Amino acid sequence: MFPLNNMVLFSITGDLQGWELFVNSLLPMFLGAIKYTIPLTLISFTLGLVLALLTAIMRLSKSPILRVPAVIYVSAIRGTPLLVQLFIIFYGLPSLNITIDPFPSAIIAFSLNVGAYASEIIRASILSISKGQWEAGYTIGMTQNTVLKRIIIPQAARVSVPPLSNTFISLVKDTSLASLILVTELFRRAQEIAAVTYDFMLIYIEAAVLYWIICFLLSLVQQALEKHLERYTAT
Amino acid sequence: MLLSIKGLAKSFGDLEVLKNIDVEIEKGKVLSIMGPSGSGKTTMLRCLNGLEQPDKGIFTFDDGLTLNFENKINKQEALKLRRKAGMVFQSYNLFPHKTALENVTEGPIIVQKRNKNEVNQMAEGLLEKVGLKDKMHLYPHQLSGGQQQRVGIARALAIEPDLMLFDEPTSALDPELIGEVLTVIRDLAKENWTMAIVTHEVQFASQVSDEVIFMDDGYIVEQGPPEEILKAPKEKRTQQFLDRILNPS
Repeated sequence: MFPLNNMVLFSITGDLQGWELFVNSLLPMFLGAIKYTIPLTLISFTLGLVLALLTAIMRLSKSPILRVPAVIYVSAIRGTPLLVQLFIIFYGLPSLNITIDPFPSAIIAFSLNVGAYASEIIRASILSISKGQWEAGYTIGMTQNTVLKRIIIPQAARVSVPPLSNTFISLVKDTSLASLILVTELFRRAQEIAAVTYDFMLIYIEAAVLYWIICFLLSLVQQALEKHLERYTAT
Repeated sequence: MLLSIKGLAKSFGDLEVLKNIDVEIEKGKVLSIMGPSGSGKTTMLRCLNGLEQPDKGIFTFDDGLTLNFENKINKQEALKLRRKAGMVFQSYNLFPHKTALENVTEGPIIVQKRNKNEVNQMAEGLLEKVGLKDKMHLYPHQLSGGQQQRVGIARALAIEPDLMLFDEPTSALDPELIGEVLTVIRDLAKENWTMAIVTHEVQFASQVSDEVIFMDDGYIVEQGPPEEILKAPKEKRTQQFLDRILNPS
């Protein structure tokens, strides 16, 4: 992996300018996106969603033993900057003899972050489903867990797709923070190239355009997903 | 006697909604519950399958199941009570993400774990009975109110309950759609389903019921066969109520 990185970067020197620089720096940035930005986003979002669903259900529980930890978790994550969380995990934990590599550190921080924000979305979606749906489930003999799983969550999922998509797209952009804990994702590549060529404007605009394209493609996926889920209209 | 209830009481906060009610539901008979809004009739119906947990009261079923609500009943008992009765709601409460057929099969397949093919056949039969076999693959939003309510009835029948509960099944319907739902309920009465129906349809109640309860202010004011309660009520409150319903001005 590293020889390739060096090779790619090696072809970029301070002599390159304009269009040539733009074209030559596309590949390293694109590889940064493919190898880190996108996997980081997908893995963190998936883990984050699982965490979010769990947290949402804990927050809706009547038992304080389940509810209180969930409330504290959401409050702590939402009340502190993502960058600070990243730094605590990557730079802070080693002093407790816990050393985690950059990529997994980023995964942990972003998953925790998505888990907290998405749990609020999921909780609100679950609460938006009418009480009558719970009762209808109960009257055909279902337990609370079965109603939740079979009746409420499928409907809540439909409601939560647009706000969750926003979280997802924010996450794509937030992964650029991982550059600060040495993950060689898209933006870190841009920084490395800019440090050699000094053409900050061109390189950072290029990075911005790449992020924009990724987010645009994702918004197309979001629209398709919403359309798919609109087979029925929730009442 | 399918179910005998003694001393049923229920409060919401300071508001006493049901005050010491005794009811008996006879097997194969239709009981109509009437009364002004706020009289407690819907709450009583909801207590019958545990959607509301009574504060007090003893339920005795013909199979020996006895629940005393003086002490909080456990989850197991609540589930047993729930599975005794099927419920039809005023606002249908169909599952919007499932087709008519799936709404009906959900209970038997998921809860009762019955054989899928048999359940599908049975469900198709039930939808045919309520006149909706040709609509079984449609989603609720593609159906009219009356059709949705008939799916609701089929869904409740599918779990093969001992008792069918109807909570103002036609109150949310446009007038021209009421008939189709009442027809289905009449057919069930002919098949000797045990039913408890909260309704404002006086004429329907007098045709279909074996027994009518008139409630007001959390009490049963009057109780008896429909000819008596609906044609010649003894109590003044019943007379006034029927007068208001039959001669709206």
